[in-house]
Amino acid sequence: MKAILALPILRPIATFAAILVIWELSTIVFEIPSFLLPAPTRILTGFDAVEFSRWIEHIWATLRVALYGYITAIVIALPLAIVLSRSKVVSDCLYPLLVVIQSTPVVAVAPIIIVVLGSGDAPRIVITFLITFFPLVVSMTTGLMATPPELIELSRSLRAPVSRELSQIRIPYAIPYIFSGLKISITLSIIGAVVAEFVAAEKGIGYFIQFSTSYFKIPQAWAGLFLLVLISLLLFQIISAIQKQFFPWSLPKDNN
Amino acid sequence: MTLPEIPALEFDDVGQVFDTASGQLEALRGVSMKVSRHEFVAVLGPSGCGKSTLLRLTSGLIAPTSGSVRVFGKEVDGPRDDVGIVFQKPTLLPWANVEDNVVFPIRHKTGRVRPEHRETARELLRKVGLEGFEKRLPSELSGGMQQRVGIARAMLLNPDILLMDEPFSALDALTREEMGFELLDIWQAQPKTVMFITHSISEAALLADRVLVMSERPGHFIADFEVPLPRPRSVETSTRKEMHEFAAQLRSLLLKRAA
Repeated sequence: MKAILALPILRPIATFAAILVIWELSTIVFEIPSFLLPAPTRILTGFDAVEFSRWIEHIWATLRVALYGYITAIVIALPLAIVLSRSKVVSDCLYPLLVVIQSTPVVAVAPIIIVVLGSGDAPRIVITFLITFFPLVVSMTTGLMATPPELIELSRSLRAPVSRELSQIRIPYAIPYIFSGLKISITLSIIGAVVAEFVAAEKGIGYFIQFSTSYFKIPQAWAGLFLLVLISLLLFQIISAIQKQFFPWSLPKDNN
Repeated sequence: MTLPEIPALEFDDVGQVFDTASGQLEALRGVSMKVSRHEFVAVLGPSGCGKSTLLRLTSGLIAPTSGSVRVFGKEVDGPRDDVGIVFQKPTLLPWANVEDNVVFPIRHKTGRVRPEHRETARELLRKVGLEGFEKRLPSELSGGMQQRVGIARAMLLNPDILLMDEPFSALDALTREEMGFELLDIWQAQPKTVMFITHSISEAALLADRVLVMSERPGHFIADFEVPLPRPRSVETSTRKEMHEFAAQLRSLLLKRAA
């Protein structure tokens, strides 16, 4: 046991393995029916309920909506953050609006958006966008304003154009903030896509879970849930890897 | 002085009032002074007396509310890049290596860096004792080394005037003294007009030709001393009797004001 915990990489694996074992054993010992809580091995059989190609279709439907919404949010958030960080007037005018949008429960607006925008990906992308957008704007704006004032003075004394102040000082300085926003929002994007599918969809993991539960096929609903977690983790890791690869200086220092 | 020389830097009855959220703040009132070419002047004063405002006026980042600021006889009417600024914190770009940080002003000003600028940068890094560290990131350097990079960066465009805003105040006492002497070596090898802001009496006395003492807000000069110490200065200078007497004189003046 000590030998396993000695390796840092094995520590979280040990936790999850322990949970799975306890889970499996308790379903046997307490004879929990699989529609309440299926054992992990039972969930594995849930994956067989649907053909592999159908799984891919569901995954792609969810992933597509999540990524389109996420990318749209990034594309709109960055210029907006630049404007917000540069102009007090614009910031005063727009910030309350952003807060109102953020305070509106997206789950409650989702049915309305679907009615207005009809079927297809568009309403689902909008819903995902609404969920991912705010953390991005806030983190980017905070980052753009986190530049040391000395460097801005240096920039002014060099009479550099504003575009260069942005590209060579402000945006690079905002990178750590931008990435924390990107990491929060990528997991939110999956939530957005699933919420949208709950309201109206004919494909996607969220749709699949809802469909399965309405027929009491709980193990395969759990299988879908596992997939969602996996996708979320994977996307998060991709963003982390991009930051580590291209902006290693923006990561907090290791203690060792 | 044999010839009526144009001062490198001249403040003529400068007043500075800032509008703040809590009303107007008078930072400077009736500030007048002259600094000759290649003179090393220390500005000594209590915190919050408007010392940094002097630097920002000289570099043209702000315009005086009243009076005028002249650099080599010409009115300062906007940001100028012939003054180099060394800040209290090194404020280097964390993503750029040491050499890229030193050439940053030229990249930022013109959008490109020519090989001769890199050569100048490496030369400056040699001068500040950072040869071999060109490709390191700022986070890999100690505070003193980072500030050396800051000094090299300020000297890249070979400014006539070097403005230093308490540049060594964040360093430990030993490094601070060492950096002071290094600065003197650089200044001796490549003479510049230096305005050195500090609140350390011994630092002002040890480094400068002249010490200007500022009052609390609204800041103005209450004393102007020639430093009675020969050059070149060294660790030995700091143990001399004249040094102690001069420092005591400055101290009693500042303490009297504070009382």
